[in-house]
This record gives sequence, C-alpha cells and structure tokens, in this order.
Amino acid sequence: MGNFYKDNEDIQFLFRHLDLDKIAQLQEEDFRYAKDFDYAPEDACEAKQNYEMVLDAMGRLSADYIAPRSEDIDQEGNTLNEDGTVSYAKGIANALNALAKANVMGFTLPHRFGGLNFPNTIYSIAIEIVSRADASLMNLFGLQGIAETINFFADDDIKQHYLPDFAAGKVTGSMVLTEPDAGSDLQACKLRAFQDDDGNWYLHGVKRFITNGCSDVLLVLARSEERIGGLGLSLFVCDRGPTIKVRRLEDKLGIHGSPTCELFFDNTPCQIIGERQRGLVTYVMSLMNGARIGIAGQSMGIAEATYRVARDYAASREQFGVPIEKLPAVRDMVINMKMAIEAGRALLYQTSWIVDHEIGLNKIIERNEDKDSVKATRQELKFIKRLAGMLTPMSKYFCSEMSNTVSYDAIQVLGGSGYMRDYACERHARDARITTIYEGTSQLQVVAAVRGVCSGTGEKYLAQLAGKNYADSVKDLTKLLAEGTDTLLKAAVFVKEQGVDYMDLYGRQIVDMAIALIIGYYFCDQASSQVDMEVAIADNGDAEAPKTIPMVKRKEIIARRYITRNAALIKSLAEEVFSGDKTTFKEYETLIGPVPEIA
Amino acid sequence: METKSVGYDCVVLVKQVPDTKRITGQAMNEDGTVNRAALPAIFNPEDLNALELALDIKDKFGGTVTVMTMGLPAAADVLREGFYRGADQAILVTDRRCAASDTLATSYILSCGVKKLNPDIVLCGRQAIDGDTAQVGPQIAEKLSLPQITYVEELISLDGKTIVAKRNLGNGWQEVKAELPVLLTVLDTANEPRVPAAKRLMKCKAAKSRLEVEALAAEDDCIDVDATCEALEEKDLLIKQWDLDFLEADLKWCGRDGSPTKVHRIQSVVLAAKETKQVESSQTAIESMIHELIVDHTIG
Repeated sequence: MGNFYKDNEDIQFLFRHLDLDKIAQLQEEDFRYAKDFDYAPEDACEAKQNYEMVLDAMGRLSADYIAPRSEDIDQEGNTLNEDGTVSYAKGIANALNALAKANVMGFTLPHRFGGLNFPNTIYSIAIEIVSRADASLMNLFGLQGIAETINFFADDDIKQHYLPDFAAGKVTGSMVLTEPDAGSDLQACKLRAFQDDDGNWYLHGVKRFITNGCSDVLLVLARSEERIGGLGLSLFVCDRGPTIKVRRLEDKLGIHGSPTCELFFDNTPCQIIGERQRGLVTYVMSLMNGARIGIAGQSMGIAEATYRVARDYAASREQFGVPIEKLPAVRDMVINMKMAIEAGRALLYQTSWIVDHEIGLNKIIERNEDKDSVKATRQELKFIKRLAGMLTPMSKYFCSEMSNTVSYDAIQVLGGSGYMRDYACERHARDARITTIYEGTSQLQVVAAVRGVCSGTGEKYLAQLAGKNYADSVKDLTKLLAEGTDTLLKAAVFVKEQGVDYMDLYGRQIVDMAIALIIGYYFCDQASSQVDMEVAIADNGDAEAPKTIPMVKRKEIIARRYITRNAALIKSLAEEVFSGDKTTFKEYETLIGPVPEIA
Repeated sequence: METKSVGYDCVVLVKQVPDTKRITGQAMNEDGTVNRAALPAIFNPEDLNALELALDIKDKFGGTVTVMTMGLPAAADVLREGFYRGADQAILVTDRRCAASDTLATSYILSCGVKKLNPDIVLCGRQAIDGDTAQVGPQIAEKLSLPQITYVEELISLDGKTIVAKRNLGNGWQEVKAELPVLLTVLDTANEPRVPAAKRLMKCKAAKSRLEVEALAAEDDCIDVDATCEALEEKDLLIKQWDLDFLEADLKWCGRDGSPTKVHRIQSVVLAAKETKQVESSQTAIESMIHELIVDHTIG
C-alpha cells in the first residue's frame, strides 16, 4: 500500500509552504461556484482540503496501480494495427481507465464542463506523481493543455462539444504541430487548411512525431493563408476518422507507452479554433507554455523515481565492508541528486504558482466587474506575464536537464547493476532522455529565458526576491546571493553590448547563473518558512543521534550547501561570459573541418 | 409482486480494522487483545474488493450500492470511503449494546440491518484481517435463509434473478448458479478496487453521522444538530445511524450475551519445520507415513 504523495515529504512541505490560499481564491473566482456545483469549494481552506485529498488519492493510484505496470508498459509498447488504429500497451489502457474513473482527466477544466477547476500548481504536483509511476503515461495524463487550449480560445459550441468528454476521460487529445520539415521551427509548417464554397474547413498533408496522434481529438496547426511564416498558420480541431491515417509508429529510445505517430490528413473536415492567423503566434504559444510546465513535471517524476532506486541501493549494497553510501564519492552523488530534485521542484512549483497568478489576473480582467480594480490588475499582470514567460522555459530547461543528470548518476551509483535491465534505472534514463528535446529543446528554452533575464524581468524578479523577509539563519546566504546577482547583471549588460548572437552563444551561462540565484532565494525562503513539520533523519548507527529534524532546519542546510557551492560556479560562468571568446563564430570551419563521410 | 425494472440493489458489509500489516511493538495489550489505538484503522482490504464488485454491478446494470458497517462512531470513516468510491447510501449500525459481539452476535445484528434494506445482493469481503474468521458473511446468509456463494473470484453472469459466479477453492474452481437474493463473499483476487473519484471526494468529505454532528456541536454553539443533519440528508450526505432498537433486534442475541465465543488464552505460535522427510509416492510408503502420524498422535 504505497502512496507517492504521502511518502514524499518535500512535496507535502511545499504544499503547505506555497501560498495556495491566494491561488485558490483566484482560481475559484472568490468561490462563486460553490453555490452551483456541489463539489466546488466554499473557501480557501476547503479548496486546499480538496487539493490534498485528490493528490492523496492520486498518490495511492500511482503507487499501487500504475507503477506496478510500468515495466510491462515499457516492454510491450503500443501496436499499429493493420486497419490503421493504434492499441495502447495494456497497462496504459488500464491506467487511462483508472484515471478517468478517478475524475482527474479534466484537472484544470472549469466546473461547468465537468472539470475539477484545479490550479496548475496542483496539476504540476499530480503530473510529477503520475510520472514517477510511469513516465510515458504523463504524455496522456499531462496532455490536458489540449482541452485547456480549446477552453481558452475556441467558440462556446466547440467547447460544449468537446470539453465534457475530455473531463469525463472519454476522449484523449493530441497537439499536432511537428512536420518533417518543421520541428523547432514551426513557422515552416506546410500542412494545408482550405475551405470549400460553403466555408467548411479541411486539412491536407503530413505531420510527424505526434505524441498520441491516434487520439480521438486532434488540434492541428495548418497553413490557412497564402503567406509564409507564422502569420500564415491557424489552429484547427478535428475528430479521428477515416481521413486521418496513422502511417507509422516510431520506434523510440524511451517512453514506450506513449505512441508517437506519423499522420496523413486526406481532406479531413475540421473546425477553426478562434481567429485565423493566430494559430501559432497566440494559441500554440500558449499551448506550448503549458506543455513545457508538463514536461518539467514529467522530468521531476522520473528523477524522483530513479533517485529512490539509487538511494535504496547505496544504503544496501556493501563493498569494502560498508554500505557504499559511506564512501565519499557515492555520498556526494546521492546528496547532489536529492538536492537537484528539490531545486527543480522549488522552481517548477513556484513557476506553476506564477502561471496560476497570471491566469487568475486574466480572469479578473475578463469579468470586468470593477473598473478600478481592472486597471490595477492590468498593471500587475504586465510583470507577472513577463515573469511567467521567463520562468516557464527556465523550469523546462532546468528540470529536464536535471532529470537526465540524476538518471545518469543513478545508474552510476548502481554500477554494473544499473546498466542491466534488472533495475528500473536504465528505463528511467531512457525515459528522461526525451525531456530535453520535445516541447522545445533545452537550447530553445535558453534562448527564450535569456531574453527574460537580459530584458529587466530577471533583474526585477531578483530584486523582489531579495526584498523578502528571511530568517536570521540564512541572512549571510542572501548576501552571497546579492553578490551573485551583481555579477549576473554585469554579465547581462556585457552580452547585450556584444549583440544578439553573443547573447545566444553565452545564453546558457547567463540562464544557469539566473536559475542558481532564483533557486537560492527559494531555498532561503523555504528555510524561513512558517510551516511546522518534522522530517526523519537516516539512522547512522548512533543511538543517541536525533531521529528527526524540523524541515526548515533541513532546508537551511540545503540552502547553505546549494548557495555556497553555486557562488563559485556563478563566478566561473561570469568569467566565461566576460572572456569575449568568439571562436565559435570565427573558427568553426577551421576547428571542425569538412563534413565527414559516413560509411 | 413488485418487480424491479432496472438494476440491482447491493448492500456491501464493510469493517474498519486495525492495519495488521503495520504491526509495531505496542500492537498487543498485556491481556493478549489487539491494542487498536496503536494501529492505524483502515478499510478491511477484501471489503474493498466486495465494494468494487458491487460498484461494477451498478456500472453495468444500474441499481444502488449501500455500504453498512457495525462499529464505533469512528467507523464512519470507512463509510465515507465507501461514498468516495461510489456508494449511494451509508449506514452505521452503532449501539453500546453491540460491544463484545463475537461473529455469531455480529452476524445476527448485521442480518437485522440487511433485512431492513431487502437487497438483491449482499456482498462481504471473504474475511477481515483482524480476526480472519471468514464466518460473518456465511452466518448472515444462514440467518436470512439466503443462498451464499463464498470465495467469489469472478462474476460470470447476472441475468434477471439468476447469478453465476466463479469460486476459487485454492486447489480448483467452481462455477455456482444461484437465485437472487444472494450473499457473496469476495476474494482479493476478484478485482482491483478503484481509487476514490475526485469529485466524490470533494463532495462527500462533508458526509457525517448524527453522532459526528453532535460531537461538532459540543465544540461549537453555532451548530444546530437537527438543521445540520437535515441539510446533510438533503444532499444525500447523512450517514444513517441505526441502533438495536431501530433494528428490532432481540438483545439476547447481541453483544456479550449473544456471544458464546470466549477467549481462553492467546499464544504466539511459531510454526517451523525442524526437519523434512521425503516420502516415496507408493502405497506402502504412504501407509507407513500414516501409521507414523497416528503413533505420534498427529492425526487420529
């Protein structure tokens, strides 16, 4: 009888530490839905109780029902049948059914469509928990942004048509964007959308690498205009049917339970979402931002799963007469894994919170009940929007890279055993590998994030974080963070002076510095938390040693190690930036030589 | 005679039990009884399988699912769990005079409760993890003169008034046909219990018994017990509370008076094979083994 929520003290701590009252109030629009829906909360206290009960149930489902199926899912994969339909691995089909019965397939959808109307912060936690059980299932559970995109941008009759089925778990969706010649560069999409004389829309062309392309409902990015570029693209919704053929299922390194399809649309009837020409620039951008948060959550779940295997092994495997976790090199790896996970979690949950804040402020403006408050809200929204735009790619980048590092180290801790199929670590490493690639590569996340850092958003946010009240125990650390911020801002000025190419060349260094500082502040904030929670200390054989420690004390130790170690890293990253080295541009051909012939 | 147009009314008998999988040092009292305070109280695992089977019947054929338990006021927790998973109605049989009931008295009291509901199908878990007797279900069937199918692993068919179920006897299976109303006891291998549904969790967390409302009212003068219970009832969230008077139970069959079982002594028995012996598969070898067992009074 496991529980992936209840066995994770860090998640439970953050659940209490984050200001969920505010998010609940925004999400429930001052709790106006309680009178119409018997399951909608009456106040923030009840909302939080709801969130926690559902996470608890999902924790149980993930541990007892989904996780035991993950090995078979990985081995079985999906099947492309002769008639062009796709059968999910048995475990995936079972799990989807269980998730539908648990009412969690409309996690963030409004009550009126049968959704739970939960905030993204709670959705991120749920995605992490589900992904820990089976990473590939996240690609189905975590695709709820498709329904959310319909909810945000489609006409009401389209919403009424699709959303109740999404919320009931009767249908799944897919976001159909990528084409053979349009991957990272979606502006190059060619799939054609055209109208007949009556104005009905149809789709014609090929899409590739489509996660769950065999879904019931497809959101398709297509060229509806003669013009080239992003403004020639609109977004359409269509149902699975005989005019959509799954031509191929990809044979992948990991996430075997998630079917990746090549699709051919043969004059498929469809409906337009929102307005023409806004497909990529508005709707897909919004969809992708949600999906990036989802991938960050998936990355967290994989990292947590593989860390636990490694930790268990480090404590039980004996070499040289001691458990290997007594050896300095192994100890260090295990601590770094654990801390990297808590760092990623802090960043992801805080980012999700800010995304919820943005959505909530938008709702206040839409309701337009009080002119003065709308004006003030617009003002507040401006910065929150920019902040969400910076933190979202940061979370996706940091968590997915972290997940790969942790998966790599987990195998290292297990040594030869880690390389074998007998342990789940090799599966986790294969599953983690995609996270830095899809929904925008790490390189593209850095491009998006570095603009935020260099445009003043980073500076303003770091100043906000520096201005918070911290416990005396971490005051010295906030000084280190302030020094680091100075260094970062100087580096940001320097790259801007060098031009956009230089900014992209040294983007990773700038973004790494900014993330280290932001997470440093988050850890200080956690170490200053009012949340009263005792957590267990591992037994080191000393009977006199304390058995528990307050979480805030533990977080202080984490903050200290994280910030002092990163202070050195920030200096070294800055020096790389200040070096002015442009050999990447000037000497590429010389250093790399001609393209090799591949036999 | 009244005939039901759709569905089956199921009553699931559930029990709140100490989590015997998490035994700690203080799990037993000095007198050898279970220290219930030291162990977390949980929904008896196989009762969840029984509930799942009932919900499955409701999903397929329609009808209602009622969860019923006999226990202390705190047993309302398992009834709420029943609500979360999809039960329509919850009944708490609670009465001080139920205290110290053994399986015979318990089955008598519960049979009085079942009689009030007049269901098509009564479902129980095979056995509870605290006592492991597996007696209460069969005894209820006997008291109500219902056919019973025990050790159910699979519901094969349910057609009109006829049910066919597969029993797992450990060393083989039986398919048994019976006429409704019927009592089933369900194995843990029958299904995988569903998790609570989120919307039901959110709605039904407010479900309470009258005793629980009274306890809240004792702490808070603003709570009007009658009004609160009425409001809960309107939302189908009142856990019904039945006592022995309501059940019209004969008190001589209840509680201590109705319980012939007396615990004489409790002993921790550790079974360990000290030595093993291979017996050849021949008539003479088996005869000699039986003779040996009779001589040392193992059998006979």
